[in-house]
Amino acid sequence: MTRFSAFSLVRNALTGHKHWTEQWPESQPRAEYDVVIVGAGGHGLGAAYYLAREHGITNVAVIDKGWLGGGNTGRNTTIIRSNYLYDESARLFDHAVDLWENLSQELNYNVMYSRRGVLMLAHNVHDVQSFKRHIHSNRLNGVDNRWLTTQECKDYCPPLNISPDARYPVMGGALQERAGTARHDAVAWGYARAAAARGVDIIQNCPVTAIRRNPDGSVAGVETAKGFIKAKKVAVSAAGNTSVVMDSAGVRLPLESYPLQALVSEPVKSCFPCVVMSNAVHAYISQSDKGELVIGSGTDQYTSYSQRGGLPLIEHTIAAITEVFPIFNRMRMLRKWGGIVDVTPDRSAILGKTPVKGLYVNCGWGTGGFKATPGAAHVLAWTVAKDEPHPINAPFTLDRFRTGRLIDEAAAAAVAH
Amino acid sequence: MLLIHCPYCNETLPEAEFTYAGEAHIVRPPDPSALSDDEWEGFLFIRSNVRGPHYERWRHMHGCGRFFNAVRDTVSDRFLTTYPAGQPRPDLASLTAASEPSK
Repeated sequence: MTRFSAFSLVRNALTGHKHWTEQWPESQPRAEYDVVIVGAGGHGLGAAYYLAREHGITNVAVIDKGWLGGGNTGRNTTIIRSNYLYDESARLFDHAVDLWENLSQELNYNVMYSRRGVLMLAHNVHDVQSFKRHIHSNRLNGVDNRWLTTQECKDYCPPLNISPDARYPVMGGALQERAGTARHDAVAWGYARAAAARGVDIIQNCPVTAIRRNPDGSVAGVETAKGFIKAKKVAVSAAGNTSVVMDSAGVRLPLESYPLQALVSEPVKSCFPCVVMSNAVHAYISQSDKGELVIGSGTDQYTSYSQRGGLPLIEHTIAAITEVFPIFNRMRMLRKWGGIVDVTPDRSAILGKTPVKGLYVNCGWGTGGFKATPGAAHVLAWTVAKDEPHPINAPFTLDRFRTGRLIDEAAAAAVAH
Repeated sequence: MLLIHCPYCNETLPEAEFTYAGEAHIVRPPDPSALSDDEWEGFLFIRSNVRGPHYERWRHMHGCGRFFNAVRDTVSDRFLTTYPAGQPRPDLASLTAASEPSK
């Protein structure tokens, strides 16, 4: 593996870029692994990297039915923030933000983490009260978040329409300055490259058809399109398809899979300095480094595995965006797509052990999994390596739907996550 | 845009007139106080989340306002049938056979 540096860049530039080596090898599955991770998205690849780096477990395979990073890792709107209401969520997402800050240096791969700030707009009295409650709660948890007046919102984000007769008047906003964006593909590639360099096998285009169990109930391995792969431990991190995979091991999960759509505009010159979210009108927007506006909103109303979603939701999203930012009302949209997100009843993730010995699950991230990538991967690796949850993910058990100890971010965040 | 057939209005109308109302045929427990925690978890939270034909409830919100059931393939989003609430689950084999294109 070539180490990326200014020196390697110059040397390869002078030799016509003919000598770059591949970033990770094309792997074929071996008969047996210590750990098999199902799902080669950011979470799964990251977990493999942290297993190798922090726990010395390198006999690991990451298996995906499609291509690496081709699921929700490559389909989200790349927003990173940690301004969640409850203590458990704040700790989990802030752990991720801590890791985001040094990720490029750690992986020797530019994930383009940009601390450009996330501004959440308040359009009514309920929003104002709810956001101020979030701000106080966040500050008690050491998470940065502060209140901006209407004029301060405009100063922070000049394209914003703050006119008093706007259809959705801006009554202020909550700003997390440490929040921002990162390049989603680079996160998957960076983790894949760093994990492969430590001996992890990344096996693409190989659907896992079932999880097989031993007669004593513990996990035996996975059935795949390329045959049976024996494994001491299996971790499933397959987003919208998690419940299908886990069903084969006899574990039923409180998940429903919905399409979540996003779209990008034609690229334009830099005009949008931050990320803006609006729960009340239900849309969020930022500008990528390529110049496209990246726009998203909520899920479609019905469960689906189609990775498409319907046009009524796109129309609703664009209507909301052009009301809040009239400057964009003649922008042409370039393309739209859908990812299948796995939603839990309390809108918080499930990350930990399962009733099956040796089987672990990381799912239920709903519409907000990208921001958690390094944090989720880090504590998933810990959980798999030590067979016990890290203190940060200990509350995010599967068991909480039986005991009633929910982490009810559904009510806390009102709409968007 | 999905086109959905309302079995009461007997018309096929755009998705925007309808609201989705979750999985169908989940029966309320007849004696709630007798349920264990595991049974409550199953009733409240566990859903089939099936990849394929899915029994589900819809409401003709901006029409007759009534709830009905549907069978929809969650991979293709194609509706196999819709039927009034209260009717038993239609047999899946006959639905999928009828909707397969003839060879």
